[in-house]
This record gives sequence, structure tokens and C-alpha cells, in this order.
Amino acid sequence: MARLLAAAILFWLLPLASGVAADDREEARAHVEFGISVAQAELWQEAIYRWKRAAEIDPNYAPAWNNLGIAYEREGLFDEALEAYETALDLEPDNLMIQQNYDLFREIYDRLDEDVR
Amino acid sequence: MTGLTKTFASLAALLVVPACTSYYEIPIETPLKPKLDVSRFQRVLIAGFVAGGSDDVDANLETARLLRSQLRTESRLQVVDAEVLDLLTVARDESDLDYLDDGGNGNGAGNGNGAGNGDGLDEEAAGDLSEDDLEEYEYIFADISYWRQLGEEHQNPLIVTGTIHFTPHARAGMVTSEREIYDEFGRRRVVPVRAYRDRRGFVLSPKFIFIDGRTGVTLYTEQHREEVLYDASSNTPALSSYFELMDRLIPSFLGALSDQSIRGSRILLK
Repeated sequence: MARLLAAAILFWLLPLASGVAADDREEARAHVEFGISVAQAELWQEAIYRWKRAAEIDPNYAPAWNNLGIAYEREGLFDEALEAYETALDLEPDNLMIQQNYDLFREIYDRLDEDVR
Repeated sequence: MTGLTKTFASLAALLVVPACTSYYEIPIETPLKPKLDVSRFQRVLIAGFVAGGSDDVDANLETARLLRSQLRTESRLQVVDAEVLDLLTVARDESDLDYLDDGGNGNGAGNGNGAGNGDGLDEEAAGDLSEDDLEEYEYIFADISYWRQLGEEHQNPLIVTGTIHFTPHARAGMVTSEREIYDEFGRRRVVPVRAYRDRRGFVLSPKFIFIDGRTGVTLYTEQHREEVLYDASSNTPALSSYFELMDRLIPSFLGALSDQSIRGSRILLK
């Protein structure tokens, strides 16, 4: 039991041990959250800026890339959307929500002529 | 599980839940740019089609009517209200003229020959034409002078033409359907059942050709093939199958000329 408790404590303390990484994730998360609120208000350019910042700060933060994929798709920037979705999936290959977004996007993308992308 | 372990598990769950990713479903419209730059055109003429296949549907006339009505609502281009050309007859006349001219310049077209529908003999002949037969008439689309002259008659529009083949089709194969079953307690369940069935339907194979009415030159071509199959016992009219199949193609056709968007939803993650 004590070993289990110690493992749990270690699990929760581990991110704090690398303080910079945790700060980066928090800052990236703040940008992502703000991006979501402006996207919900249809301000997609601002959302793109926020999610790009989040991805720059923490390139391993899959939600930032997933949301960027959605925003690029919404703006008709299909090649950029493909790259963003694929980065998100590389980071979290088991995330079903990213997979669903990607599948829906690919249905559209695969039907586009190259000159329209 | 001891009480302490349960408490710890609950605590861990409480800690884990907020750590899980939150999500927001958001509706989006994915914009699609037109495949063809039509900014220099003010008008569009759906000229007519070289049609073949089933006699039950006048594919030339129905396609021209349908595309015109779609473009009236979905495109900024003004739709030219002209008589639908019987291009099969035009192509045959062209061919005869070329033969008589024995290597002439082939510009005997554009004189109004073959305009209009209703030639019973040609309608019957169209019913016999296979997809390969239709290809033999495609030289008409390369006749620049014909299309340029047609363009001049209608103030240089974008001309839409092509070939349409609509034909009955039958295929047998395994079909999955659902069947209700009741267990010994009377509970209903729906189970998939696979069975070998004969099915009948139609195949629609259009080739849309977009021609510059000023130059007579083909700008863009797109080809489709759609089929629909029904249970052999159902008696779906050819015309309703034709519209069902055209419904599938219309978005792609319109996508060649005008901005389109696809509505859907995506999941934003936090």
C-alpha cells in the first residue's frame, strides 16, 4: 500500500520536478483556452494566432495542433490543416477525438483537386 | 479492497478527471474554392449533352434542366435560357459534313442544325448507345469554331456540355439487412442478416465539359460514375433513380463553378 501511495505521489510530483516544462504547458494551455473562446465567437484568425503560439511554446501539446487543424480547415488552408492534424495524431495516436476530426477532414481533403488545396 | 485503498482510488479519480482533456464541439463550415476561375464570365450556357442509355429518361433534356435550375440558385452567373441542343444530332451532322467535305476544315457546325429535341429516330438511337459509343462523338467538343460561334450567339458565356450515359444495371451479391428476432422472454433484438440477392438499378456516367464561349476552347473536364441498386422486387422509376444519382453529383458540379462549403462539426481540445 505504501509503495502504491509513493508511486502516486511520484506521479503527481514528476511534472513539477521539471518546472520549465510544466510552466510551458500551463502557458500553452492558457493560449489554447483563449483560442477556444475566440473561436466560439467566430474570431478564427485570433484563434489561429493563439494556437500557433501554444504550439510554439509547447510543440508536444496535441490539443494545440488539433485545434490549429480545425482552424486551418475552417479558413480553407487545407495543406496546413493536414499537417496540423497529422502532428496532433503523431503526438496522441490513441486520441479518438483527434482521429475523428482527422477522418472527417480527410473525407473532404481527398476529394479536392490539387490546385484547390 | 480495503477502505484506505478505496479512499485512495477515489482521490486518484478526482485528481485524474480534471487532468483529462476537456473538449468542445464546434460547428464549422469548410469553404471550397471553385475548381475553375469563372471570374471573367457573366453568363453560363448549359448547351446540351450527347446522351445515351435508357430510353426511359431523356438524359440530355433532364440534365440541362436540372443544372440550369441549380446554377440559378447556387451561382452568381446568369443562366442563359436557350433551347437545349440535341448534340447527338449535331455531332452526326458534323460527321456527315466532314465526310462530304472529304477533309474540309470541319466548320460546318454552329448553323443551328440539330437544335432542339424531339427527333424520335435519334431518341431511339440514343437508347442503343453504350458509353464507348458516346466517346466516339466526343470530337464535337474539340470543334473550336462550333463552340466559338455558339458563344458569340449568346454573348460569350461559359458553355457547359459533355456526355451523359444513364442505363439500367443489375447485379447479384451478398446484401446485409436487419432482421427482428424475439428470444424466449419476448425481448426484441435486431440482428444483421447476410443473404445473396439479385438487385437492379441504374448507372449514371456523366462527363461535364466546360468551354470558353469566347475562344471555343475546353477549360475543364470532370467525369463521374454513380450507381444505385435496389432489391429486385422494388420497382423504382428510372426518372427518380436518375435524380437520386444526379443529387450525388451536383455538389461536385457546382464546386467547379462556385464557392461551396461543407457543414460539419469538429472537436476542439483543451
